[in-house]
Amino acid sequence: MPTWRPDLGEAEATPEALWLRRRELLALGAAGAVGLLLPRDAAGGEPGGATLAVARTVEKAGGEARTGWDAVTGYNNFYELGTEKDEPARNAGSLRTRPWTVAIEGEVKRPQTVDVDDLLRWFPLEERVYRMRCVEAWSMVIPWVGFPLGDLVRRVDPTSRAKYVAFQTLLDPAQLPGQKRRVLDWPYVEGLRIDEAVHPLALLAFGVYGRVLPGQNGAPVRLVVPWKYGFKGAKSIVRIRFQEQQPRTTWNLSAPSEYGFYANVNPEVDHPRWSQARERRIGEFFRRRTLPFNGYADEVARLYAGMDLRQSF
Amino acid sequence: MTPRARIRILEAATFALACVPLAKLVADGLLGGLGANPIQVVLDRLGFWTLSFVILSLAPTPAHDLLGLAWPVRIRRMLGLFAFSYATLHLAWYAGVDQFFEWSVLAADVRKRKFMVVGFAAWLLLVPLAVTSTDRWVRRLGYVRWKRLHRLAYVAALLGVVHFVWRVKADLRRPSWFAAALALLLAARLVPRIAAWRARRPRAGARLAKGAGPGAA
Repeated sequence: MPTWRPDLGEAEATPEALWLRRRELLALGAAGAVGLLLPRDAAGGEPGGATLAVARTVEKAGGEARTGWDAVTGYNNFYELGTEKDEPARNAGSLRTRPWTVAIEGEVKRPQTVDVDDLLRWFPLEERVYRMRCVEAWSMVIPWVGFPLGDLVRRVDPTSRAKYVAFQTLLDPAQLPGQKRRVLDWPYVEGLRIDEAVHPLALLAFGVYGRVLPGQNGAPVRLVVPWKYGFKGAKSIVRIRFQEQQPRTTWNLSAPSEYGFYANVNPEVDHPRWSQARERRIGEFFRRRTLPFNGYADEVARLYAGMDLRQSF
Repeated sequence: MTPRARIRILEAATFALACVPLAKLVADGLLGGLGANPIQVVLDRLGFWTLSFVILSLAPTPAHDLLGLAWPVRIRRMLGLFAFSYATLHLAWYAGVDQFFEWSVLAADVRKRKFMVVGFAAWLLLVPLAVTSTDRWVRRLGYVRWKRLHRLAYVAALLGVVHFVWRVKADLRRPSWFAAALALLLAARLVPRIAAWRARRPRAGARLAKGAGPGAA
């Protein structure tokens, strides 16, 4: 009777420890291949620029990892500085953020023009870690520095006719060379309903990562409304106007069927050209599901009670 | 150098150059040169080169007819096949990497997003052109029918440009380069035909006059 004789020596066999981990190793290989596709700078980069004193940090992104400095300051939509994602960072040198004044006007009892260095001392600055969801279906987690817009609204004391607040970006093609071409109807205007403006999550930001805002992020002062698509966050603001009429906002004028006035993050309402149901967090391979109101529904959904959010998108 | 060797060199050079965008993508991917959102950048670049090669593949015929250049016609088939290759990579990247085979999204793209529909239709139109690109297929169809079929390249190019126009949010600069190039190439095809058509008309008129002559006499 033939007996079975091993023709493989003990030394040639795969060590048991490795064999037991074979799936893990395969997964590691696959992850390595995927890793090649992931950006090196999604998590990296050392914050630069002048620091801002921060009174406290408010974590509002559920403890999710922050997107790195390089991505936050190198991947931007700021058409006034160029329409490609890397152009704002390259072109921001022409933007002079000092001296800078902000005119607060319209239906307020205390209209005024305030220097930005005074404005940022009106209230203690805090760090707010927010999710940022772009209408283009990518997202980041960003530690902004600023104070609640509501504090400013109460200080300037709107009249009873103030139903909306409009924010206007600087108009100066020499400083914002993207304005030399009429890609959009300059100056950029965004707006909020007054009850949105005084919501505690709405932030007037002067910094990011504890540093003064870089030009490409909307220096020296910008709006951050974390439950809305990123384009609602007007950058490099020179005018805050309180008014009775709903402001004519720039993207809404440009393509009314694509960009609504409210622009609340809503996975149920698709952009005509793409689904809003999922988003790519910068630095991740797989898309993740988009949350209603960008995950802030518990805090803001009541603002829209009784509204048809498909109609008022 | 024999003419045959010259064509070989021309083809090899075209092939090598046409691979450069792809090689650069791979190199940038390995060296981290694709920025914060590399999946999007790869998709955009593949789309850009698809449209570039579609437009380039339309250039040899007018270059021959109007400028008398023969060599571009030698690489027309290769340019067309690269257009199809980049288009296929673009589509595969979108479906397989960007959306990671999320069929509900892909189905909705084709069902209700015209921007996606025209892009997909453009790729579909390129499929029969790629399949019938061989000499065998030219013989099988007959040159006249084969040529007529391959005019679909113009339709594909038009749909591709529309796809790009609808892709950008507001800045139409880049899509308009392609639109201008396509318009130029179309004009280069049509202008000689219209000229020839106009040249025939007086002859028809003359015949008519001649025919009227004897009757009047």
